[in-house]
Amino acid sequence: MNIVVCVKQIPDPAAPQSFDASNNLNRSGKLILDEADTYGVEMALQLVDKAGGGEVTVVSMGSGNDVAGLRNALAMGATKAVIVSDESLRGSDALSTAKVLAKVIAREPFDLVLAATESSDGYTGTTPVQLAELLGLPSITFAKAVSVEGGGLKVSRQTEAGYDEVTAPLPALVTVTAGVVEPRYASFKGIMAAKSKPLEVLTVADLGLEGQVGAAGAREEIVAVQAAESRQAGEKYVDEGDGAEKVVAFLESIKVL
Amino acid sequence: MTLSTLWVLAEPAGDTFTTTSLELLSHARTLANDVAAITWGDGSKLAAVAGEYGANTLYDVGDLKGALPGVPVAAAIAALIAGGTTPDAIVIPASYDGRDVAGRLSARLDRPVLTNVTGLVEEGGLVTEHPVFGGSLTVKARFTAEGPGIIVVRAKSFAAEPSSGAPANVVAAPAGDTGATGSAVIATSHVEERSGPKLEEAAVVVSGGRGLGEAGAYAMIEEIAKLLNGAAGASRAIVDAGWVPYSHQVGQTGKTVKPLVYVACGISGATQHMVGMKGSKNIVAINKDADAPIFQIADLGIVGDVHKVLPALIEALKART
Ligand SMILES: Cc1cc2nc3c(=O)[nH]c(=O)nc-3n(C[C@H](O)[C@H](O)[C@H](O)COP(=O)(O)OP(=O)(O)OC[C@H]3O[C@@H](n4cnc5c(N)ncnc54)[C@H](O)[C@@H]3O)c2cc1C
Ligand SMILES: Nc1ncnc2c1ncn2[C@@H]1O[C@H](COP(=O)(O)O)[C@@H](O)[C@H]1O
Repeated sequence: MNIVVCVKQIPDPAAPQSFDASNNLNRSGKLILDEADTYGVEMALQLVDKAGGGEVTVVSMGSGNDVAGLRNALAMGATKAVIVSDESLRGSDALSTAKVLAKVIAREPFDLVLAATESSDGYTGTTPVQLAELLGLPSITFAKAVSVEGGGLKVSRQTEAGYDEVTAPLPALVTVTAGVVEPRYASFKGIMAAKSKPLEVLTVADLGLEGQVGAAGAREEIVAVQAAESRQAGEKYVDEGDGAEKVVAFLESIKVL
Repeated sequence: MTLSTLWVLAEPAGDTFTTTSLELLSHARTLANDVAAITWGDGSKLAAVAGEYGANTLYDVGDLKGALPGVPVAAAIAALIAGGTTPDAIVIPASYDGRDVAGRLSARLDRPVLTNVTGLVEEGGLVTEHPVFGGSLTVKARFTAEGPGIIVVRAKSFAAEPSSGAPANVVAAPAGDTGATGSAVIATSHVEERSGPKLEEAAVVVSGGRGLGEAGAYAMIEEIAKLLNGAAGASRAIVDAGWVPYSHQVGQTGKTVKPLVYVACGISGATQHMVGMKGSKNIVAINKDADAPIFQIADLGIVGDVHKVLPALIEALKART
């Protein structure tokens, strides 16, 4: 069983975020593997293991040069990595991203494509489904459990009321929620092995997508960035055994009690 | 109004639409002369509700025969557009199925999607508003190329207000053959038990976070919620830890709530949590760290240990009933 996992490299979410001059999220500097995608990598490793063999290929696109996030996925156990890295991808919207990923994935043999339900920095949550449509695949989003049985896919999909058991034939695309599996930490051996695993770097021209993606392909623009209405902090008390009383008095003042 | 037509994805929920769908219909009718709703299942029985909330037309995709809605509903919308009727934009709730429809439709029509929208205004064309960096900034955006653009709107962005509109005109909008893409089907549905008001609708929401220390302590949150006739919510940290089901999660990847009062217990106030509860009328926070970010937006902050404050609060509330 061969699985492709879409993984996004993002600036460290713990670092303060900012916009650059053209209102794109500032992505210069070090990039890490989006935590949201570690679940997909782990899921893929487990499914391939259960199937008794196969490859896990991680694919990514971005405008930065760093590949530390991909090395991390390889260190977890992925077989190989492909990244489309090109300055002209800056400002890509979700549909452009999906177009690039679709071109790359179409070059790989696969039974299943995995992605996260949403990325930590862009969180549009639409890229994977756009990708499924471009690849002509069925998709099941919001998976909280995934298994492959008798050549078909069985997924517990989160719903408003609980969850649905959803089935689909392979090949297919699945987006996984956080907590679907417990991502492993890369071992020292894994980190060493990752250094010699294949990591292919492609450009937009390699895929024949010049002028169609990045800012050139985006058909929306930011017209303004404004400070939002902010809330003021109210009263703050250190609990000296009277904290609960203070809460009760507050609830009375707003007529909840 | 410079907009002539808006289409709204109206997700069926029994004999009405989901609350977010009703919110979008209500807002759409303030922006456009002509509003059409798109639904599936048995549209004819929803014509009155659709009309009441502002739709003139109700496109009914019909029975999906167990298929997940994303593919067939997007195919039906694409077929309507191919048939010559094109709205200015298509507005979609940020729900599980809504996001599927948006993604599928975007790729099919080769049109962009604007997501995480919390405001939609008319400023010489349609302008969307998006909260970023935990809601501290608002980004305003618009489509620059040929429409229809696709807009995915978060719950609770607008009020759901009925009007006196006549029942919508129901028009069949079949999906046609969706081939391999439409082959994901629902085998069984499981409903998780819930008592008390729904999280998104409760006037009081009491939420717990990692500061509770262990799963068992969440019982205190549930008890206080019950005593206040409210709903119990959670941060993602304790949902991921498996203490409570995902349906309790408040925040960017969970529910948006706007209760009369939100009580955050042992929650730090990460931007992704705040974006889901900042719109609450009043906020009470209990946290042992005086510098926890949640205090920056709390009307009442108690710097204290949840294991002391919450049991005392339960006693105080019980004494009143
Ligand atoms: C893409 C993405 C999406 C996300 N979506 C969401 C989302 O939808 N919702 C969400 O909630 N989070 C979301 N998060 C996670 C978010 O960033 C935080 O990690 C999470 O909200 C933290 O939960 P917490 O406040 O319970 O835990 P922590 O941040 O660990 O905070 C625990 C708090 O409890 C306090 N505390 C500890 N002991 C006690 C005690 N005895 N008494 C009182 N206080 C105590 C501590 O001082 C601390 O402030 C998302 C993250 C990402 C990257
Ligand atoms: N640039 C990218 N490279 C690889 N995968 C991506 C990229 N952008 C999005 N994805 C995948 O799609 C998911 C959803 O992303 P988003 O649409 O940004 O919320 C991510 O978690 C990834 O799995």
